[in-house]
Amino acid sequence: MQSKIEQITANIKAGKTTAHEQVEQALKIAKEKESLHALLETFEDYALKRADEIDAKVKNGEKLGRLVGVPYVAKDNFLTSVGHTTAAAKILDNFESPIDATAIQKLNAEDAILIGKANLDAFAHGGSTENSAYGPTHNAVDNTRVAGGSSGGSAVAVASGIVPFALGSDTGGSIRQPGSFNGVVGYKPTYGMISRYGVVAMASSTDVVGPLTTTAQDAVIVSDILAGQDGHDGTVHPDYFKPQTTTVKKKSVIGIIDDFVSDGVDEDVKKNTLELADKLGQAGCEIKHVSLPMAKYALAIYYIVVPAELSSNLARFDGIRYGVRNKEAGNIDDVYGMSRNDGFMPENKRRIMIGSYVLSSGFYDAYYLKAQKARTLLINEFNKLFEDCDYLLCPTAPTPAFKLGENTDDPLKMYLADAMTVPPSLAGLPAISVPNGTDENGLPIGAQLIGQMKDDAGLLNFAESVEDIVNA
Amino acid sequence: MTSIGNAGEHGSEIDGDAKKYLIDGYLPTIGIECHVQLNTATKLFSSADNDARDAEPNSKVTEIDFALPGMLPVLNREAIRKAVRAGKALNSEIAHVSRFDRKHYFYPDLPKGYQISQMYQPLIIGGRVDLPSGEHVRIHHAHVEEDAGKLTHYSDHTLVDLNRAGTPLIEIVSEPDIHSGTMARAYAEELHLLMIYAGVTEGDLYNGNMRFDVNVSVAKPGEPLGTRAEMKNLNSFRAVEKATDYEIQRQIEVLKSGGEIKQQTRGWNEVEGKTVLQRTKENAEDYRYMPDADIPPVVLSNEKIAELQADFPIMPAEYRERFAKIGVDDSVVRVLLNNQKLAEAVAETQDMAGDKAAKRIANLFSSCLPSEDDTDQAKKALNLPSVEHLVELAKMLDEKKISSTNGKDVFAEMLKGDDLPIVIAKKKKLLQVSDSSAIEKMVDEVIAAPESAKAVADFKAGQEKVLGWLVGQVMKRSHGQANPGMAGEMLRQKLSTK
Repeated sequence: MQSKIEQITANIKAGKTTAHEQVEQALKIAKEKESLHALLETFEDYALKRADEIDAKVKNGEKLGRLVGVPYVAKDNFLTSVGHTTAAAKILDNFESPIDATAIQKLNAEDAILIGKANLDAFAHGGSTENSAYGPTHNAVDNTRVAGGSSGGSAVAVASGIVPFALGSDTGGSIRQPGSFNGVVGYKPTYGMISRYGVVAMASSTDVVGPLTTTAQDAVIVSDILAGQDGHDGTVHPDYFKPQTTTVKKKSVIGIIDDFVSDGVDEDVKKNTLELADKLGQAGCEIKHVSLPMAKYALAIYYIVVPAELSSNLARFDGIRYGVRNKEAGNIDDVYGMSRNDGFMPENKRRIMIGSYVLSSGFYDAYYLKAQKARTLLINEFNKLFEDCDYLLCPTAPTPAFKLGENTDDPLKMYLADAMTVPPSLAGLPAISVPNGTDENGLPIGAQLIGQMKDDAGLLNFAESVEDIVNA
Repeated sequence: MTSIGNAGEHGSEIDGDAKKYLIDGYLPTIGIECHVQLNTATKLFSSADNDARDAEPNSKVTEIDFALPGMLPVLNREAIRKAVRAGKALNSEIAHVSRFDRKHYFYPDLPKGYQISQMYQPLIIGGRVDLPSGEHVRIHHAHVEEDAGKLTHYSDHTLVDLNRAGTPLIEIVSEPDIHSGTMARAYAEELHLLMIYAGVTEGDLYNGNMRFDVNVSVAKPGEPLGTRAEMKNLNSFRAVEKATDYEIQRQIEVLKSGGEIKQQTRGWNEVEGKTVLQRTKENAEDYRYMPDADIPPVVLSNEKIAELQADFPIMPAEYRERFAKIGVDDSVVRVLLNNQKLAEAVAETQDMAGDKAAKRIANLFSSCLPSEDDTDQAKKALNLPSVEHLVELAKMLDEKKISSTNGKDVFAEMLKGDDLPIVIAKKKKLLQVSDSSAIEKMVDEVIAAPESAKAVADFKAGQEKVLGWLVGQVMKRSHGQANPGMAGEMLRQKLSTK
């Protein structure tokens, strides 16, 4: 499939369009699609000024960045020195960051242009973008349905044509699942491939930064820029990401995870996934049916480890140094209690309470430590599968996008939407959701491809082949 | 070890005769946690300047120390190097793998809402501190952590200063091997020396570079350890000793009157000289410790540890042994050890010119350096002469080119500049005259002088002790430069033969 990013940069370099035109067009579509509520803020003055600077560079024949004149948006949990950074939470309603996240710095250095900030579930807690303090984002294909989440705004911004790519963050599926729900590519790199510096932390051991794009090739282009050490994130691996240009090995061994095409999974989702497996087999891949027995514990593990980590990471939001402080609070305990009560959404509070509980004295061994041990078992199962398989295949989510409000009263049902994306997150593995047709109502379905640790370039290369097969 | 020690999970080890520690039949058992601020250039996890003395509040703070959203800690390797060297000074093992954990509590001095510390796998394991008394205290472990900020409370508001937030600390946790206020103080003083000698801290107690938490319990010998009370944040050796003594007495009195000791934290009121209850265990915080996933484990091979501990300075215990061997007085040794520069200079003098010269220099240091210059600043400002110059001075004294009194004057001058001692002695006319003809001339003048007549007569009559007065007369004429030994011999000779 043709890269949107390459189209734009080639046209700008050839003088067929300008950065200014690209930004104007993006802002125009953003305005037209305002009712989807993908964006929390747009930066018209800033973006047009940047575009003019870049156009001047083009005109003067100066050295141009790899993303020259390409407009993009970032999920609003990325610190940006322009505009606000709210994480879609009231406690950061007034927060303006003095610095840019590393990912933003790297993209800007390549002459990409940030035109706005995208909606999300507050502090990225959720799978539908309904937990935003500023109201939900609507699905780009069916506006009565959810965008998925937590990077719902980023996915819809790409799917609705506002920008060719958007930054998201993925802790348990937050890039892949909204990618799947809106029919775009959502890529979660290996844990530690891209610096997390300047991204409002959710769970330190599974948070990753990644792009939402229309093609796997665009995911490669953006990832190549984002990957690598920056000196600000001690968990980043030494630079290893090298895009592959060769076509996929015809003899790739693909493991289809049977546990995720079983009962309880939407029939169309199952059908499309199995059909894709067949097509891959016809294209020369060896298809193996594999099982991941620990997967049934993945959500239980995730909802202990992740709340524990996020309860810790959210402790800094105390109303003391920045953010919104409750004005009625008369003493220090009230400053904490009342400001946090005002500033967090119900789902934030639910997870902070779970996290604080599982870390509390006397429960740590029974919950947190046990979950970490189970996590190791899950990782071992993945490693075992990769002894025989190059890549794993399963749906990205058990269903297509559900209706707005359908699951809001039932957190457990909401959590199930992450059942297939959570296992690779817990294992730190790279995974990507690529569009895999639609259901009978035309709702997008995603296929999740999972790679081995650090085989990001191989996985993306494979994803390009999958795209070709799906579109053939 | 004796059989009188208490049984407990972490059994106490007692040197020598434990009976000497008993008070009213109770054995005090004390463990000390000591926080040491490491003197790295930057903070433990940020590039902020780590030296905030005299700095404007919140001027040594980066986004990381301020806990902006999305900020990540990046471990300062130099802090690990210093901690590993501190571990050597403590005779500890260094863990091949250590990790950082988060300790949670809400307080405005803690911007992240958690302190990064090492709960489960500390860097420094075990160890032992030998005290000058011959006793020793075992170290349980020492861990690396970050300091918190500082709060200043006013009547209706509180101000937060985060300059100190993120300063690297090691917390040294002793075994409960201490049994008196005196021993607690000796341990604190020795730790202070060790950390300064290892070069890991500025060691300025007044500025909180080292702070002590003292845990005290008492029990009858042979019985399980008593319930402990902890006194936090003591910042002087005197406070460590006094607070410990007070707390031992308080607990014994409670027990003797049939009461019960509750686990608690107590503060030390310096003015009133007593400990006061701060909080009991029932309302202790739950810190919800968890591993910090943002910081990869610290992995150190044996080779790396050796590299980090290379070029290690001589420690106080070794100096103590060396100086005692060459007959330096205990009181002088204390003066020398109190300032690493002095101990080093004496040891180097010994290496270069032998025991006698070293002892001379040791005594000069002890008698000539003003004791009021015992502050950390004065110690740092002290500009000692080079060892070559010290050796030359020792040689001049040895060869009687200069009297011991004049030697002190020359030494005082040497502290002010770089002049050679011989140059100073000449300039100030302090060189001893050992030229026999010059001395003979003065001796003859003294014998002939009318005011000497009585003394000369007395000496001839067998009153030996007047010789001193006569030598004094020669010294006076020579402005102190005559070699008094030679003058005395010559006087005796001349007066005996006449």
